[in-house]
Amino acid sequence: MPETMPLPAPTLTAKDFQTDQEVRWCPGCGDYAILAAMQKTLPQLGVPKEHIVVISGIGCSSRFPYYVNTFGMHSIHGRATAIASGLKASRPELSIWIVTGDGDGLSIGGNHTIHLLRRNFDVNVMLFNNQIYGLTKGQYSPTSEANKVTKSTPFGSLDHPFNPLALAMGADASFVARSMDRDPKHLQAMLLRSANHKGASFLEIYQNCNIFNDEAFAVFTDKGSKADTTLFMEQGKPLRYGAEGRNKGIRLDGYKPQVVSLTEGNYNEDDLWVHDEQDFFKAQILTRFFDNPAEEAEQLPRPFGVFYESKRACYEEGLALQIEEAIERRGLGNLDALIQGRETWEIAK
Amino acid sequence: MSKPTQTIEDVVIKFAGDSGDGMQLTGSQFANNTALIGADLSTFPDFPAEIRAPQGTLPGVSGYQLHFSSNRIYTPGDTCDVLVAMNAAALKVNLKALRTGGMIIADTSGFDAKNLRLANYSDGDNPLENGSLQGFELHKIDISKLSREALKDIQMGTKEKDRAKNMFVLGFLYWLYNRDMASTLQFLKEKFGKRPEILEANLHSMQAGYNYGDTVEAFSTRYIVNKAKLAPGRYRSITGNTALAYGLIAAAQKSNLPLFVGTYPITPASDILHELARHKNFNVRTFQAEDEIAGIAATIGAAYGGSLGVTTTSGPGMALKTEAMGLAMMLEIPLVIVDVQRGGPSTGLPTKTEQSDLLQAYYGRNGECPMPVVAAATPCDCFDAAFEAVRIALLHMTPVILLSDGYIANGAEPWRFPASTDLPAIDVHFKKEISESETSFQPYQRDERGVRPWAVPGTKGLEHRIGGLEKEDITGNVSYDPDNHQKMVKIRAEKVALVADDIPLQKLDSGPDQGELLVIGWGSTFGAIKSAVQTLQSAGHSVSHVHLRHLRPFPKNLGSIIRKFKKVIVPELNNGQLVKILRDEFLIDALPYNKIKGVPFNKGELVDAFQKLMEAKA
Repeated sequence: MPETMPLPAPTLTAKDFQTDQEVRWCPGCGDYAILAAMQKTLPQLGVPKEHIVVISGIGCSSRFPYYVNTFGMHSIHGRATAIASGLKASRPELSIWIVTGDGDGLSIGGNHTIHLLRRNFDVNVMLFNNQIYGLTKGQYSPTSEANKVTKSTPFGSLDHPFNPLALAMGADASFVARSMDRDPKHLQAMLLRSANHKGASFLEIYQNCNIFNDEAFAVFTDKGSKADTTLFMEQGKPLRYGAEGRNKGIRLDGYKPQVVSLTEGNYNEDDLWVHDEQDFFKAQILTRFFDNPAEEAEQLPRPFGVFYESKRACYEEGLALQIEEAIERRGLGNLDALIQGRETWEIAK
Repeated sequence: MSKPTQTIEDVVIKFAGDSGDGMQLTGSQFANNTALIGADLSTFPDFPAEIRAPQGTLPGVSGYQLHFSSNRIYTPGDTCDVLVAMNAAALKVNLKALRTGGMIIADTSGFDAKNLRLANYSDGDNPLENGSLQGFELHKIDISKLSREALKDIQMGTKEKDRAKNMFVLGFLYWLYNRDMASTLQFLKEKFGKRPEILEANLHSMQAGYNYGDTVEAFSTRYIVNKAKLAPGRYRSITGNTALAYGLIAAAQKSNLPLFVGTYPITPASDILHELARHKNFNVRTFQAEDEIAGIAATIGAAYGGSLGVTTTSGPGMALKTEAMGLAMMLEIPLVIVDVQRGGPSTGLPTKTEQSDLLQAYYGRNGECPMPVVAAATPCDCFDAAFEAVRIALLHMTPVILLSDGYIANGAEPWRFPASTDLPAIDVHFKKEISESETSFQPYQRDERGVRPWAVPGTKGLEHRIGGLEKEDITGNVSYDPDNHQKMVKIRAEKVALVADDIPLQKLDSGPDQGELLVIGWGSTFGAIKSAVQTLQSAGHSVSHVHLRHLRPFPKNLGSIIRKFKKVIVPELNNGQLVKILRDEFLIDALPYNKIKGVPFNKGELVDAFQKLMEAKA
């Protein structure tokens, strides 16, 4: 929990993480808020800034590294996760942040995303989800809702959208969380949780593209509706939400989640589902709180916070261990012995 | 009483059988044994793409050709002296390569009605019985029966026992060529040490084959091939893929860098990964990625972090890596892309050799994206070529493509291996701090060779951002400025061109430095071209041979060498790739000679081609 985590004394400030580059996102883009949250979070890590590396792919979000004064690489479409894997495998001491988007990380780079998660490199994935392709000017993305009318789908998209967090759970991610650009405090807390998690952390950030998909998440982010449509999960606390004094809660009926009223007398707080981030099965149910807010039927709220966190061996540690053991067992490699092999013969002069 | 021996100079044996008959193992064991007696040696393993192609059929035939000699040799031989045919299909596929009067050792159990039918011999027409093999020395041996008999006291199913029949063949050939079997005894003990009954079956079968030679009257003579007059020194036998893996490890040691190999399994390159994965105590990190793209991307990540980054693949895999190769070029970080070429396009001929990818290596990327290209010529040359590719990559901060191919990757030959102290150090300097003349770090500030600094994460004060967008000269900031783009394209090209200052001048492999005909080769055709040129030179012709290791940039004197000859021919195992580049680069009337059959050149066909060209009126 962010507020109870022992924080190292910050010697750096957000300003130390700003660069001399002019930020070139569209005015009003959600990316600005995420950048600010990141710059405020990095000084809290207690990591020297030369040990921090930000790697991105291609897309609006992927301009991110240019604006963070650490080591950074703006790579090619979809491959930031794969590049980060090699860097982490060879330089485990670095703090590595991957900035990707719904197109970059789930479409062209979907394969690398799931393999990064299953291998559990100790890196942080920030997936900016705006449910649209912004940089290519407005085609539907793998997270766009079905039937979305865009430039490339004038009659509506036929694709069923990805549920990014369910996908992450399916790939056995060891840390799965969601936040939003319009709740900077929560976002900073989630970034810090990501950083402090040992293993691959997958943080989905709802990000508004005010040019091509404005207000896609308004129902979750606007003051007027947020309290009734979102569920902010906290470890060990019952799942409660609601505009009128958090009057609603989630109850598990068998394995089926159910919205119940706490004011009508049938249920009280003791009946509610108590959030446990370590519960793999419940986390999977939570990621399936994914009702389309545009539909009329009774809705499960959209959860935010940490869905799941587990301890699992990291790839780079296993690799380092294999090398250590090989050296212990066979001694540091002897090049002459290797080249010579076991069977040689001499040709005399 | 032992039988008489006869000394001969040169033998080519082909072991051929079903792809499940263990012919690759038999051949490589015999090759290894041959190496240890000090004969010169060249091998050509030739196997189907299917792991177990339909048993007994023509496409299922797996062969291992082995040429050994007391003279220097450079090819696995155009024709065979001895053909071991474990079944009818193996005979049918390989008979055309057997010289007239050559020896056939046929396992009669592989010539039953079913095998004959599968090999498309018409009903009841057994080539062992119908007199069609009269021009050869035919030995019919029921190897399965003899091997089973030898194993009658071992508790084991017949099917399992039959797996050891290749050892009977090996034992027999060891007898025929007067060999000591110790090397294979040792090999079998290590391979089957934990399965005593299998070990025993193999040892018994091999001994039975040896004894068979001694007792059977049909074989009256044993042969001896003496040591070859190789350069003095210590030798071992090695395949190209193993040599390439060792070259990478050696270069990592000599540059004091950890080796990172991000790769995805692909024929015929996978053995490099297998070999490297065994040597973690050399601080080698192998990473089997989820696909070819992730293989190179992870390697770029590791190289960015200061490792020696290598990705290994074959043609289709390099096609997938293309975009990432462009990124490495833009980032100007060192990286080696190893392409063990095979027949293409698409999946093509995965287990067959072809010089398929020179044009891909040259031109196969978006934008103006030149990178150095280096090619290996023989199995043991894969070591030197790998070392050289790494050297160029590290010292010039550039991705380098190293071309090998299936023929030399799997082929073996004697290698006079170097001592580690004979290998040059590769002097890598990471940028550690901002120098006094700088006010801030300029990631694309270059030295006189056009090389930018390597500043790795973790270096205080050198935090900077790089990426695939066009760089501003010196600062490395993103730039869309038109003049800057043209300037940067030229700078990057010039940087690669300047590598020519750092590679040896081209030498003629043989022949006069001017004259009638110059043969220009690259890569695995070295042995066949060298042999063909030697043959013509012995016959008094004026022929010279240049073999290129450095294909981009070319050695600076290549043009002046070429211009001293009346005719230039470029033999390649493709449809004419180097010849296009040479014509483009030097405006010369170089002629192609092409073979695109998935197999190496024969010496004979090259001799014919060169002779024809010499006879043609200019």
